[in-house]
Amino acid sequence: MGARVPHVRVENLRVLVPSKGGDIAIIDNISFAIGRGEVLALIGESGSGKSTTALAVMGWCRHGSRIGGGQIFVGETEISALSEAELRPIRGRRIAYIAQSAAAAFNPSRTIIDQVVEPALIHGLMSRQQAENKAVSLFRALSLPMAESIGNRYPHQVSGGQLQRLMAAMALITEPELVILDEPTTALDVTTQVEVLKCFKAALAQAGASAIYVSHDLAVVAQMADRIAVLKQGTLREEGPAAQVLENPRDAYTSSLLSAVRPAPVAAKAPCDAAPLLAIRGLVAGYGALRDGVPSVPVLRDISLELQRGGTLGIIGESGSGKSTLARVIAGLLPAAQGQVLLDGTPLPPAVAGRSRAQLRQIQMVFQNADTALNPAHSVAGILGRPLEFYHGLKGDAATCRIAELMELIRLPRDLIHRPVRELSGGQKQRVNLARALAAQPQVLLCDEVTSALDTVVGAAIMRLIDDLRRELGIATVFISHDIHAVSAFCEDVLVLYGGAPVEMASREVFNGASHHPYTRLLLSSLPAMDPAWLGRVQPPVPTCAAAQCADLCRFVQRCPVAVPGLCDRVAPPVHAIPGQRWLCHFAPTSVTERDQA
Amino acid sequence: MSAGAMRNAAAFVTGLPWAGRIGGGLVAFWLIVAVAGPWVAPHAVGAFVDSETFSPMSGRFWLGSDYLGRDVLSRLLSAARYTVFLGLGAALVACTIGTTLALTAALWSGWVDEVIARAMDTMNSIPSKILALVLVAAAGSSLPLLLVICAVTYVPGNFRIARALAMNLVGLDFVTVARARGESRRYIALHEVLPNMIHPLLADMGLRFVFIVLLLSGLSFLGLGVQPPYADLGSLVRENISGLTEGAPAIFAPALAIASLTVGANLLIDATKQEKA
Repeated sequence: MGARVPHVRVENLRVLVPSKGGDIAIIDNISFAIGRGEVLALIGESGSGKSTTALAVMGWCRHGSRIGGGQIFVGETEISALSEAELRPIRGRRIAYIAQSAAAAFNPSRTIIDQVVEPALIHGLMSRQQAENKAVSLFRALSLPMAESIGNRYPHQVSGGQLQRLMAAMALITEPELVILDEPTTALDVTTQVEVLKCFKAALAQAGASAIYVSHDLAVVAQMADRIAVLKQGTLREEGPAAQVLENPRDAYTSSLLSAVRPAPVAAKAPCDAAPLLAIRGLVAGYGALRDGVPSVPVLRDISLELQRGGTLGIIGESGSGKSTLARVIAGLLPAAQGQVLLDGTPLPPAVAGRSRAQLRQIQMVFQNADTALNPAHSVAGILGRPLEFYHGLKGDAATCRIAELMELIRLPRDLIHRPVRELSGGQKQRVNLARALAAQPQVLLCDEVTSALDTVVGAAIMRLIDDLRRELGIATVFISHDIHAVSAFCEDVLVLYGGAPVEMASREVFNGASHHPYTRLLLSSLPAMDPAWLGRVQPPVPTCAAAQCADLCRFVQRCPVAVPGLCDRVAPPVHAIPGQRWLCHFAPTSVTERDQA
Repeated sequence: MSAGAMRNAAAFVTGLPWAGRIGGGLVAFWLIVAVAGPWVAPHAVGAFVDSETFSPMSGRFWLGSDYLGRDVLSRLLSAARYTVFLGLGAALVACTIGTTLALTAALWSGWVDEVIARAMDTMNSIPSKILALVLVAAAGSSLPLLLVICAVTYVPGNFRIARALAMNLVGLDFVTVARARGESRRYIALHEVLPNMIHPLLADMGLRFVFIVLLLSGLSFLGLGVQPPYADLGSLVRENISGLTEGAPAIFAPALAIASLTVGANLLIDATKQEKA
């Protein structure tokens, strides 16, 4: 077989779903080819058929759908002509699959090693001992800590990024010729994503396997892919070498995807010196029993911030940094242990139960996941009608009228009003979720990761909508997000949380500059750039201080590349402030930059 | 019933899959029998009308005669009333009480949950037949008492299932949203949680109904249940058990009646579930 013959060929693939009026093609006439050892990225919004296409290459279709035409070749084998029984020796051996959520893909009641060696044992490729040795060498190749013993743990005992790499080990143990990766880093934090991407890239290159990489994140794809195929609604819009698709997209849809990744900054509102609308002073909160005013599992430590009327504050940080907890404390869902939340100068009672209906109305929260935040048993009208009745006493025609206005505000067609929410798309649900909060006519809107469950294009549209509404209605907005691009484009102030401590607070102008807290620098440097060479350039920071975690010290000391032993692991960091910036570190941000460069 | 409601009912029926329509038909048939049965019965329920026992189906006795020479059709028509109303009634009461307690436990949690759950465990540990024996001995057998016994017996089981369902739902975001809005627990229980557990609960009720039919026939066998000459469907099966060797319709007719009623109820419940899902 010559090098020029593609390793994987998909020709005129069609995947059909039966419906009342005949079959509907959810994948229509898709063709592509992957050379041996190449990585093809499939990108598109959810529902574009990218996962369906990738799974069809394994000869697998979701329940109810079937391959209705076209041919799929992997090497010499025609996958599309094989029966279920003939596919079994191929799946997991010649073609391996890495799923989006490793947490859901591992069986929580079995040890990791048992599950990692399973494909090799099922296919009878090697003995248990050989398989375990092979697994350990894969763990090393994937830079997993304690490669010999990590397999003896259970899935809940390792971190998300580690679990994702362990799943890659499971896929690679049979030395497959084709690996299918289905959004393998979407559920990870940016700092973790960098490590996982590096490991994947090295492991694939070492194994010499071809790969199909399914993702909606163009910047990630830029690091991984040799070729990119853009899908929309089950059709192929564009396919070509990665550099060409990213730099010179031929298709208008690809261009719109590219522009949605980096939202243009919106104009800031004129600063006003009026008293802050929302102020937080010395907030400490967490879970568990209180001892000396400190909860047994502290999540937030000494948070203070102010938000002007109509202002925007972005809160960024990794999962576990306490950013959602902060929103819950403001909303009264989790009473603070110490400190105050002041609305218009009046301290709010810590818990929902103590707040008056008028106080509750002023602060509304939009939850991250509209799929679970909207009651599936209710209709759109029911969901929007309740806050109208509850806070404003609107019923009957007045409520119907207001619901129609809200639908217009969030740009949804009126005929959706009486639909049950489970029939709406992800973007429509998130709009209804937002409209429910707006129905209360709040002064403060807390947006908790409102775009993270959405596609780039839909997410960008939601962000623009929130920003427009904020301007029109003068609502102060708190954006909680891990999307630093979006936050720095939409928010006037940015708060960076790490381990529940406010490590940096900056105005947008300063934040978009160069001087930052070491953790913020790590976050910013972990953001994948569109440049395919980025992954090779980025260096994970080397911690300089192996201090034990201690409540009073800098939370970041164990990962900090500039920490000074004897200082950072002994003395709590002081708060520094210059106009437009406040940070929690022993060093001034500029000196951090200098150290880094030295 | 208004024209709109009629149209809704018609739309509901036409929207059901065929299995659901069959189920609905069977349930409707037994409801009609339960209401009208005694009036259309050709013979009195306790009358000895045949000189032979376990006689086969004939023009005179459509379903033959039983072990004492009574008309099986007449007895079946009157028994349906007890089974349908006692069975469905007790299932409905048991599920209403069980689910109410479950929602209370799930939303108030803490010590309220603890107290209710332990009380239910205690009730679960009382054997239903012994409980029935004591209550009947104390108050004498009557239909309301039977209803209470059957209902009380199946409250803890329904509570367990409803509490598990409610606990899962209470952790979801839409309940948190309602809490953040300042809604009362009562509103959350009735409007946010209950609508999402109604289908599994209906399936549970179908199951409890079958259990109650069995419990009733057991009680009647011990002389604690429906008092002779009246009988419920389960008792008809039991009293004619010796006809099994002869293949008498006296035993198959009530058995088929129970089967068609329970299968019909479950088909209908499953169909409404599919339609909504």
